[in-house]
Amino acid sequence: MPIQAYFDNYKGEVKDRVENFHGNQLVYVNWDQHLLFSAPFTLMVTPSLTYAEFIKEVLPTAFNQHPQWSEVNWQTASWLLDGRAFTPQMKVSLIDQGINHKSFLRLQTPELTGIANASV
Amino acid sequence: MTNKKLNLKDKYRLLTRELDWEFSYADRKQAFPYEEFEGIKITDWSKWEDPFRLTMDAYWKYQAEKEKKLYAIFDAFSQNNGHLNVSDPRYVNAIKLFLTGITPLEYQAFQGFAHLGRQYGGVGARVACQMQSIDELRHVQTQIHAISQYNKYFDGFKEWTHMQDKVWYLSVPKSFFNDARSAGPFEFLIAISFSFEYVLTNLVFVPFMSGAAYNGDMATVTFGFSAQSDEARHMTLGLEVIKFLLEQHEDNLPIVQKWIDKWFWRGCRLLSIVAMMMDYMLPNKVMSWKEAWEVYFEQAGGALFKDLARYGITMPKYAELVSKEKEHISHQTWWTFYTYGQAAGFHTWIPTDEELDWFSEKYPETFDKYYRPRYEYAKQLEKEGKRFYNGTLPMLCSICQIPLLFTDMDEPDLTSHDCHHHDGDQYHFCSEGCKEIFIEEPEKYVQAWLPVHQIYQGNCGGPGLEEVLTQYYRMTMGEENLDMKGSPDEQRWKKWKGVA
Repeated sequence: MPIQAYFDNYKGEVKDRVENFHGNQLVYVNWDQHLLFSAPFTLMVTPSLTYAEFIKEVLPTAFNQHPQWSEVNWQTASWLLDGRAFTPQMKVSLIDQGINHKSFLRLQTPELTGIANASV
Repeated sequence: MTNKKLNLKDKYRLLTRELDWEFSYADRKQAFPYEEFEGIKITDWSKWEDPFRLTMDAYWKYQAEKEKKLYAIFDAFSQNNGHLNVSDPRYVNAIKLFLTGITPLEYQAFQGFAHLGRQYGGVGARVACQMQSIDELRHVQTQIHAISQYNKYFDGFKEWTHMQDKVWYLSVPKSFFNDARSAGPFEFLIAISFSFEYVLTNLVFVPFMSGAAYNGDMATVTFGFSAQSDEARHMTLGLEVIKFLLEQHEDNLPIVQKWIDKWFWRGCRLLSIVAMMMDYMLPNKVMSWKEAWEVYFEQAGGALFKDLARYGITMPKYAELVSKEKEHISHQTWWTFYTYGQAAGFHTWIPTDEELDWFSEKYPETFDKYYRPRYEYAKQLEKEGKRFYNGTLPMLCSICQIPLLFTDMDEPDLTSHDCHHHDGDQYHFCSEGCKEIFIEEPEKYVQAWLPVHQIYQGNCGGPGLEEVLTQYYRMTMGEENLDMKGSPDEQRWKKWKGVA
């Protein structure tokens, strides 16, 4: 049952549909086992942004406070997109490689074990 | 005219059963329109056992007595500059969070019970809910009055009603109650009277109020005790409603169990704020959150659910998971507020070395392994003059609206996450428990007002974070927010106490 409602055919207004973001979309990003950042981030991006731009221009604004950020090896780093293994194409736009509104990306760098080797 | 004095029982019968009437020319269903749509079956309202058995005149008399004592203490507190007796100015920040986060819930409870006090078909249930609604209104007022003394001397109190509707973390308690109040009358009662009041409220009113006593806060202790006797009545109502619904019809059992599971989980998520207040915001500690959970839920709640087993009710679905999380949630929550301290309406700080050692002792399985390294790093940054503030907005759970700060209890250094697709959109959750709530009623939760998304949509001023904080939230940078160290609160305290 979609809702326990007093009225028949009750339909809720979707507050976060992509149209409400003025041409942008949301992408959530987590850097696994770096809990200096207590939760994943919500970022707002242009869907036509390429992955290379995303890594170079957007992600550092969120993550570069971490001392290990500059040590990330982008050749070996692995990604999960919405729970599945994902190999990004650097020159392709986010939207054209399946990174949709409210997609969740997880960056994994197992060789970087966080501050004090404690996943911080 | 006879001058016979009625006894309490007769008065009560006249007040409730005898005051009701049969519907002879109007449709009873139209008078009580919300009674059936949730699927709950009531066959006989007269079987309702009144938990309070209070008549209005007795109620006014008791409450007036309590108020008289309470306000005498408030007056004494104010005249003796009671705010100077708190253990440490850090403590006052717990009270800021109480006023901004919890007091508005008392008001929502008042509204919710007033609605029920009209809508139930059974007159006994209506009267009980009317009285509880008046209690809740009293709690709002006494909390405001108790805390107003602090508002004269500390930052962070003055915009509490404005902040309730706007500030990101206050959407957590607010949306909890909005969820309950927009449900039907029976779900509201299971949510608030049973799952919250009966099962979980002791964790707010007992250890937290003891915490106020340990920290020299007479005003809060006094309203806590004054409210506690009302809470005892509310808990009785919570238990009565469960028994009543289950005895009315066997079809009610799966519905009631589903609500218990849902609201226990929602309540536990909400209590992560209380966990943090107890462990981190009380300079003089009473007990750890973990110990409080063991005493007030695992032992007391365990006995309760054993009692309810004869009705077919089982332990709330995620009780075991919560027992693992008790080792973590206070640390994870405070770390989130500490790192987003520029966006909090109260001050945050790194615990003292003694406190860090206390955590190691109280949380031997988890603190040194997962949490101490964060505070050691924060200390190092602070020493270098680079106090850590996280400048990027977090990802929020679509149900509890808390940032995804909880971790997987099988791998406590990995963020816990779940997601679900509905009508072409993706929704994310902090846990399976929150996801299941969404799946049950997606058309309700697609409407969630998630603060981070609202900021990005441009509905909260901005575009910069500082404009959101100062204009939309009405914070003054450096007064309500940022670190305790160097705050105006701290400077004033030192001046009052004559320390440099």
